Amino acid sequence: MNAKRIDKIATGVLYGVAALVVIILVALLGFILIEGVPKISWHFLTSPALAFEAGGGIGIQLFNSFYLLFLALLISLPISLGAGIYLNEYAPQNTVTGLIRTTIEILSSLPSVVVGLFGYLFFVVQFKLGFSILSGSFALTVFNLPILTRSIEEALANISNDQREAGYALGLSRWETVTKIVVPAALPSIITGVVLSAGRIFGEAAALIYTAGQSAPALDFSDWNPFNISSPLSPLRPAETLAVHIWKINSEGIMPDAKAVSAGSSAVLIIAVLLFNFLARWLGKRLYKHLTAE
Amino acid sequence: MDKIRESLLKKSIASKIERRGKIISLICLALIVSVVFLIFYFVASRGLATFFKNHINLWQFLSGTQWNPGTMGTNGQPAVGALPMIVGSFLITILSALIATPFAIGTAVFMTEISPRRGAKILRPVTELLVGIPSVVYGFIGLQVVVPFVRNTFGGSGYGILSGTFVLFVMILPTVTSMSADALNAVPRYYREASLALGATRWQTIYKVVLRAAIPGMLTAIVFGMARAFGEALAVQMVIGNATLLPHNLVSPASTLTSILTMGIGNTVMGSLQNNALWSLAMILLLMSLVFNLAIRYIGRKGKLNHER
Repeated sequence: MNAKRIDKIATGVLYGVAALVVIILVALLGFILIEGVPKISWHFLTSPALAFEAGGGIGIQLFNSFYLLFLALLISLPISLGAGIYLNEYAPQNTVTGLIRTTIEILSSLPSVVVGLFGYLFFVVQFKLGFSILSGSFALTVFNLPILTRSIEEALANISNDQREAGYALGLSRWETVTKIVVPAALPSIITGVVLSAGRIFGEAAALIYTAGQSAPALDFSDWNPFNISSPLSPLRPAETLAVHIWKINSEGIMPDAKAVSAGSSAVLIIAVLLFNFLARWLGKRLYKHLTAE
Repeated sequence: MDKIRESLLKKSIASKIERRGKIISLICLALIVSVVFLIFYFVASRGLATFFKNHINLWQFLSGTQWNPGTMGTNGQPAVGALPMIVGSFLITILSALIATPFAIGTAVFMTEISPRRGAKILRPVTELLVGIPSVVYGFIGLQVVVPFVRNTFGGSGYGILSGTFVLFVMILPTVTSMSADALNAVPRYYREASLALGATRWQTIYKVVLRAAIPGMLTAIVFGMARAFGEALAVQMVIGNATLLPHNLVSPASTLTSILTMGIGNTVMGSLQNNALWSLAMILLLMSLVFNLAIRYIGRKGKLNHER
């Protein structure tokens, strides 16, 4: 066997491996979409779940998922923006900063079930928040903080120093330069990072099982007073999300059409993740064009 | 005169804003760091109670094979042997990484060296998209496709290490692939050109030059995938059968640290031995994720040294 023949064989093998992987990945997506999309209907997306009979929907779970996502982003965005700004603009290059970066990296590599258990101990038990939207969104915040901080820090680091120097030359303080020049310039990549992390939060289940709870009590969608327990906005009600719902009906096995409901819910989850991905790219590009007038 | 003097000596508004901004952003950072310490403190305080309050022997905990914390084992001590879960977790992690590695590296090489255009257009977006698929969806597919497949081909109930391995393999494949591709892309172009100029074929260049130069990056990718597999809870819990027995073969029901944790925490009373023992499992998970983290840092530092030499 000469080198040329080996080269041909190896190329063939690599084509085969790549094709196999593509087949696996496409089959995966195809399975969910083919099984799930036919189950999606307006009724399925809006009606409440039925525990013991077929024909239930995912309305409350879908609402809970979006509400939790919204609250988690609301809490985690300002914190990670502040932390990202400090790390990139103020922190000196020394051992302490290195240690801080390491801790953030450790936080981002923790298994999400550990984050969920911590949320259970800290928010549910210690602070007596119970299984509630609030505990859930705090747990998701812990889960989201390191990733978002990292992406904001990177976005800020990509802004060239000329912009900062221009700010100082105009007599702006460091903080004013950051808030009025650097952050607006980095906005497209910051928003892309936020939307991508939203996709991750939306499908998270392990961190929520013991924080937001596994039950979805009936909601009264005509009552928007957050202090009433049956109001959709009430932060102290237990809230099962879509991802938790899929896990729960599959491991309990009481619901007669669990398979169909989970197929439909999986498809909704995947479509949502897809949308978040496209939205992130589109928004980033659009904002970049708008800001730079290119 | 005094007015001018005062206004000159007083802090300007801009410097006050500057100070406030710096402090606010520092508080945000401190908050994140303190969350990490809180997590370690809370999990450790519960997890260590098994050994200090309930006086369980650490070695007995790590090597015991009976797990039923509410009852007494054959030796008259509470049955808190975590070995079945530890073995289960390590087995599925190592097996899934072993299967995923050749596929991931093969695909990454294809994406970067053989057909970069198709790689960038089709493979890369698809793998990046699949990284974001929620783990419960993988679990559901495992339940619908993998478990029946294993049952029909290998016998048994279908729930077990093998099903868990397959699910995790598909789950970590996109992550490892896209990280390996990044590592290969980082190899400088002139390495390839130098090798081709010496008359090497494309495969010789890939095998003898590119892959070797990218070893640290690819190792990082694999360890990263293993960390994800080790910490994955729900997808595994759905297909592994959750029997706290030492697995005798790959198709008998088994359990992992994460699967027992997700099942058990809600059904035990805070502060009881049953509960503390579960927190000890969580502590093992936490320590292992630290180990994976250290491994990734170590590989990264080694790789840098190699490139500088």
